[in-house]
Amino acid sequence: MKAFTQHTGLVAPLDRANVDTDQIIPKQFLKSIKRTGFGPNLFDEWRYLDVGQPGQDCSARPLNTGFVLNLPRYQGASVLLARENFGCGSSREHAPWALDEYGFRTVIAPSFADIFFNNSFKNGLLPIILPEAEVDELFRQCESTEGYRLTVDLAAQTVTRPDGKALSFEIDPFRKHCLLNGLDDIGLTLRDADAIRVFEEKHRQASPWLFGAIK
Amino acid sequence: MAGKTLYDKLWDMHEVKRRDDGSSLIYIDRQILHEVTSPQAFEGLRLAGRKPWRVDANIATPDHNVPTTQDRQSGVAAIADETSRIQVQTLDENCDEFGIVEFKMNDPRQGIVHVVGPEQGATLPGMTVVCGDSHTSTHGAFGALAHGIGTSEVEHVLATQCLVAKKMKNMQVRVEGELPLGVSAKDIVLAVIGRIGTAGGTGHALEFAGSAIRGLSMEGRMTLCNMAIEAGARVGMVAVDEKTIDYVKGRPYAPQGADWDKAVAQWRELVSDADAGFDTVVELKAEEIRPQVTWGTSPEMVLPVDERVPDPASESDPVKRDSIVRALKYMGLAANQPIGEIKVDRVFIGSCTNSRIEDLRAAAEVAKGRKVAASVKQALVVPGSGLVKEQAEKEGLDRIFIEAGFEWREPGCSMCLAMNPDRLESGEHCASTSNRNFEGRQGAGGRTHLVSPAMAAAAAVAGRFVDVRQLLQA
Repeated sequence: MKAFTQHTGLVAPLDRANVDTDQIIPKQFLKSIKRTGFGPNLFDEWRYLDVGQPGQDCSARPLNTGFVLNLPRYQGASVLLARENFGCGSSREHAPWALDEYGFRTVIAPSFADIFFNNSFKNGLLPIILPEAEVDELFRQCESTEGYRLTVDLAAQTVTRPDGKALSFEIDPFRKHCLLNGLDDIGLTLRDADAIRVFEEKHRQASPWLFGAIK
Repeated sequence: MAGKTLYDKLWDMHEVKRRDDGSSLIYIDRQILHEVTSPQAFEGLRLAGRKPWRVDANIATPDHNVPTTQDRQSGVAAIADETSRIQVQTLDENCDEFGIVEFKMNDPRQGIVHVVGPEQGATLPGMTVVCGDSHTSTHGAFGALAHGIGTSEVEHVLATQCLVAKKMKNMQVRVEGELPLGVSAKDIVLAVIGRIGTAGGTGHALEFAGSAIRGLSMEGRMTLCNMAIEAGARVGMVAVDEKTIDYVKGRPYAPQGADWDKAVAQWRELVSDADAGFDTVVELKAEEIRPQVTWGTSPEMVLPVDERVPDPASESDPVKRDSIVRALKYMGLAANQPIGEIKVDRVFIGSCTNSRIEDLRAAAEVAKGRKVAASVKQALVVPGSGLVKEQAEKEGLDRIFIEAGFEWREPGCSMCLAMNPDRLESGEHCASTSNRNFEGRQGAGGRTHLVSPAMAAAAAVAGRFVDVRQLLQA
């Protein structure tokens, strides 16, 4: 996994609540058997005026010029500012894959849906929860200032505004550790293989019907 | 010391190790695989040179992409859409390579993962169940700890039989009383989501309890837990009782003989203790629940059928007001429009929420002796599995639907998310028994209204939303 330590980047404001995973990456793109290729179809139904198909060359498609990510001032954005319950809906990991491939390194919102939140960490995409009032203020500053950039420091757990004010955020220590070091979850868990085997044997004794039934 | 909730008990039964940082390793008893969220996980396993930790913990079936028309009888090679075909073929190849049991497309046991698991007894009380699909919460209806995961976690479970997790908070939704005629589990869960919102259960494991829940069949409880995720809760659960045990008994993968007796004794403990504490409790009265219809683009945008679409002018929160304005525009509705005036272009009865035998019976009861309105372009009935389809045909439900003008299809996810050819055209309104009314969910520009199976059948015959209670009394 890609590590995340510190990042400074241009902010794009997506000012709507309950942005769901069907919006982030529509279902027709989920037919791919790869982990890559989703970036051009991020927010496909909002970004383009036609209906997108997998495998299509998106550079020739008609753009919805009113959509925030299509505005010239937000080109090259790598910090997505969002509203409450971002990423609700399905468990598709294609959502963080698409955000990451588009170029976002972090999403800042007052709240996230659980599965999306979890999936993001597995892909080096940092979801940051800030209080609603602070997010409101970031929206105001971002919309009124062209070229608005934020600096995220994961080790220090801060988001720093251009005026120098640092906003701190909470993060689970295990996730922080994995993200800072770009650690592979599976490798870490397999260090506990012996503990898993011991548990498994005890579990088998207690509930033998859970083992070997499906053949 | 306070007693334990059902969730506490299930967690304790599966905690392998608590780490210093507060996270835990949780043992997973069952993983269910389908074609959409597994190919990258198998690929990851191969690239790292890893093998599945325990092959017999996994079971697979293709569901999201499969066609529901008769022509699929000629096999996977006949799936017209190339990307869909490759995805289904890839699942077949991966299961063959790793030795995982799979119910392939034309196996009578094939169907939607969340219908097939319980139907086969592959989902059992007391299990931890995961699947790369958010509606895995369905399996919690059996007193199991079940939730959706992403593809990286599918790979993680394949490789280690565990997940890294942190314990969630406990939430209880209590529904007491008796449900009125024509009101179903779907209406309960939509009413709950309407009350607490789509983020109301975030960070919680949600247990449904109360006399109205105990009164539901296992099919109804599955509908309820299925949509816990639409209330933000990854986990939905119902405690084990006699109905749970009766449902499981005799299923192909259920324990037998001495194991059965031992299992039942263990399962009877899978209830929240009387003195267990919940972080959040929500109470509803069953008598007050009316048939529900969603009017907007989020499941929380829901109202009883006899109400009117809201007016954004009466909403004071600017973010919420903006959401209402945007939803009304997308849905092509006017503020204060009566829900009973919304016309439907298509009807979809199916999905992991409502495609089980009881759902089909409820819809057939309304459809019997009636006709789909001429203004309705298409009314689909898609059973949740090949076995549900067989059972329905034994009961003659297929004849009732076909005579009324519905199409009777092969099992799969179908128009719930339109990854196969079943979909809405832009601007069309659909009365759908599925679980998400997000923009574009059933086809780009499509307008979804979530309802119960009986309400969907009623909308099909009336050509607009009507109160099914009137049809049932007539």
